[in-house]
Amino acid sequence: MKIRTVKELLDARLIVGEDFLDQEVLSGCGSDLMSDVLAFVKEQTVLLTGLNNPQVIRTAEVLDVSAIVFVRGKTPSPEVIEMAIERDIVLLSTDDTLFEACGKLYQGGLRGG
Amino acid sequence: MTQENSGDLVMTHVYKIEAGNFTIAGEAASNIKKLLRQLGIDANIIRRASIAAYEAEMNMVIHSVGGHLEIEITGGEIVLKAYDNGPGIEDVELAMEEGYSTATDSTRELGFGAGMGLPNIKRCSDQFHIQSEMGQGTYLEAKFVL
Repeated sequence: MKIRTVKELLDARLIVGEDFLDQEVLSGCGSDLMSDVLAFVKEQTVLLTGLNNPQVIRTAEVLDVSAIVFVRGKTPSPEVIEMAIERDIVLLSTDDTLFEACGKLYQGGLRGG
Repeated sequence: MTQENSGDLVMTHVYKIEAGNFTIAGEAASNIKKLLRQLGIDANIIRRASIAAYEAEMNMVIHSVGGHLEIEITGGEIVLKAYDNGPGIEDVELAMEEGYSTATDSTRELGFGAGMGLPNIKRCSDQFHIQSEMGQGTYLEAKFVL
């Protein structure tokens, strides 16, 4: 699934990463626990989370996560956005809850990997 | 006299890890990842070594009084070493169990402290060793075969 499709399905707002919207994600992961994300996520994944601290970006960087969706309308701080820009990571924000957002992507054909 | 063997040391990098500083936590792992990329190492090995480095770094930020993360790259392997100055792990066997954690609520709010760190480092590495002494500190070593 293209990141652009993720954005459309979740009616999400693009925070940064317009140039990478046509990149493919192969799986999705929804979690607020970066410990679990680090233990289970594969590459080319879209990460959906309610956390918006620098550790989310670090975790994404280590795992080669291409896009992060902040749920419940959350927006990260300018410092966190800057970190994402430096690492070519797409940031999206949706008003959906984590449960709803994961459900929509699953329905759209994305799987847990 | 010259000696030749495939295990010749290529390079060592040491990063200082500050306890409790969550703003820069993960920077060492990030630099390690960049370094491994520059060396053209296999993507799968980079990924496993980076995850291990990040987990080890977060462990020191969260639990220790501070320490060092070291990466040693030889012709045949990558060795990740993490050593801190305490307080040490009371029961290493228990700490290796998935889900066991002594992390505080404030750590959990940051998304860490689920008790997956050490088991995950072990899972990612080809060889894993940990030893800890209360009041002395912890030494962790993870090897990745190239």
